[in-house]
Amino acid sequence: MTWAEMQPLLRDACLDTLFMVWWSTVYAVLGGLPLGLLLVLTDRGGLLQNVAVNKVLGAILNLGRSLPFIILIVWLIPFSRMVVGTSIGPSAAVVALAIGAVPFFARLVETAVREVDHGLVEAVQSMGGGTWTLIFKVLLPQALPSLLAGLTTTVITLIGYSAMAGAVGGGGLGNLAITYGYQRREDALMNVTILLLIAIVTVVQIAGDLAVRRLASRGGRQAAPVGLRRLLPARPKPAAAGTAAVAAEPEPALDKAV
Amino acid sequence: MITTKGLTKVYRSRGREVTALDGVDLHVREGEVYGVIGQSGAGKSTLIRCVNLLERPSSGTVTVAGQDLTALAGRGQRAGAELRRARSRIGMVFQHFNLLSSRTVQANIELPLEILGVSGKERERKALELLDLVGLADKAKAYPGQLSGGQKQRVGIARALAGDPKVLLSDESTSALDPETTRSILQLLRDLNQQLGLTVLLITHEMDVVKTICDSAALMKGGRVVESGTVSELLATPGSELAAELFPVGGEPSGPDRTVVDVTFHGDAATQPVISQLSRTYNIDISILGAAMDTVCGKQVGRMRIELPGRFEENVVPIGFLREQGLQVDVADVQTPAPAAALLKEGAK
Ligand SMILES: Nc1ncnc2c1ncn2[C@@H]1O[C@H](COP(=O)(O)OP(=O)(O)O)[C@@H](O)[C@H]1O
Ligand SMILES: [Mg+2]
Repeated sequence: MTWAEMQPLLRDACLDTLFMVWWSTVYAVLGGLPLGLLLVLTDRGGLLQNVAVNKVLGAILNLGRSLPFIILIVWLIPFSRMVVGTSIGPSAAVVALAIGAVPFFARLVETAVREVDHGLVEAVQSMGGGTWTLIFKVLLPQALPSLLAGLTTTVITLIGYSAMAGAVGGGGLGNLAITYGYQRREDALMNVTILLLIAIVTVVQIAGDLAVRRLASRGGRQAAPVGLRRLLPARPKPAAAGTAAVAAEPEPALDKAV
Repeated sequence: MITTKGLTKVYRSRGREVTALDGVDLHVREGEVYGVIGQSGAGKSTLIRCVNLLERPSSGTVTVAGQDLTALAGRGQRAGAELRRARSRIGMVFQHFNLLSSRTVQANIELPLEILGVSGKERERKALELLDLVGLADKAKAYPGQLSGGQKQRVGIARALAGDPKVLLSDESTSALDPETTRSILQLLRDLNQQLGLTVLLITHEMDVVKTICDSAALMKGGRVVESGTVSELLATPGSELAAELFPVGGEPSGPDRTVVDVTFHGDAATQPVISQLSRTYNIDISILGAAMDTVCGKQVGRMRIELPGRFEENVVPIGFLREQGLQVDVADVQTPAPAAALLKEGAK
């Protein structure tokens, strides 16, 4: 297969992959953000404590996360057909990808929001802030760097899932690799596809890390998010160093305590 | 300004019960700085968090500025609109500052005003004015992560003042700071108390804090207030543990059959040559075991531990003489049998 033959195939496949990843990310955020928040808020001691809602929600999200994605796609074929009128092609894949990504992102949101120091919640409660104030002025802004890191992870996972969706007729780079690279033994095409996938993942990771780092550079962050730490293993983190210094300060006059 | 009556808080977790507050009656007068001191776990934080109902008391009432907050609490976990409005009139500062790292210093101070629905222009004006008040006018655009501990606490104080509160609650606000910064923050609190007529309720485990700025103090142990009063009252209370801690004097008697007496003098009495008078009048030898002068809440106070020869019974007259001179005299427990000491305290009252 010549480069000229490959080019249109690759271009279409790339666009399909981007289409699937973009829309499933949008739905993952629209669904995962509120669900993840709700999971924290309804937990014991939370602002909207409701044990029943919390248990049910947690169970549903765990169910969604424990199903292997490939099974989820196959299982969702009838549902995809109902929603978008077809069970093959990128649009059908988006249904399954979104449903797979919502619980994934929701759990990451949960972790990110739980990390927010409860002292901040108390401080804002002490000024008379209500639940909405706490969500929009404390929890979400304070969790933003972790949320962005979680989003990056979600997008990268979705790129992988979209390739899997390709294997069962979803289109995109995965589909190309299976139909041409594997079934027709087009090794060159296979390799280009792989390089493209690596390139996309790398771009997403770097963009995500840059965004996280920009936020973290405001200083005072307790810790750099995971993605950043992985890329910059040796660099000392000024924010973390500052926190440590405060913690290490001696408590004065303890000996004079009552 | 702040009154708690029979305040009790019992934490229940997994079958175990912890009584953090056990019938606390506290009365903080308008315009004073009131310190609550006690060891870790005494229930101080629980007490101060009950004052603005961050923690719901199990029983008892909290009244702030004439408003019964416990009545506003409602049933559920969430604070109703009325309680939230009442809270916005009570400022609070924290040990670990609790500033939002996602906002600039100015935006942190504007947050309480956003909650109150103040317009953007007015918020900015007020925030800058407060920053000026706490001496950080040049830090408006900085992020909390770029400030030192003392600066962070100044921002915390400015934020607490944004809603023009009459009352400021401070939970160990200087415990994470070095001694020098602690002094400057305490000075700031004192200035605010005097300039704005702010009533301050602060809790601490450091006696120096009480000594530096408190008009009144209470000692907490195991969820109860065991001593309380104005600092001068406490210093004048024989056997007061707080007084002894506020102003310790040491010294061991040189042998058996001696009477050890702690003499406290305020103001004028400090200038009288009482000890030499005592020695001359009764022809006794007096040893000074320990002595100190100190400023407690802006007042000169002296304390001296002296030793008189002979047992207490033989020294009733000299001790009476000292009391006549307007001095506060406590017979120290050192080597005195406990029942006798207890009787003496009764007698002194
Ligand atoms: N949320 C809580 N759940 C259970 N026990 C608590 C809780 N908060 C405080 N306590 C207990 O109440 C007691 C008083 O705590 P606290 O008010 O924090 O003391 P202090 O501030 O004087 O150190 C301690 O024994 C502590 O373990
Ligand atoms: Mg405490």
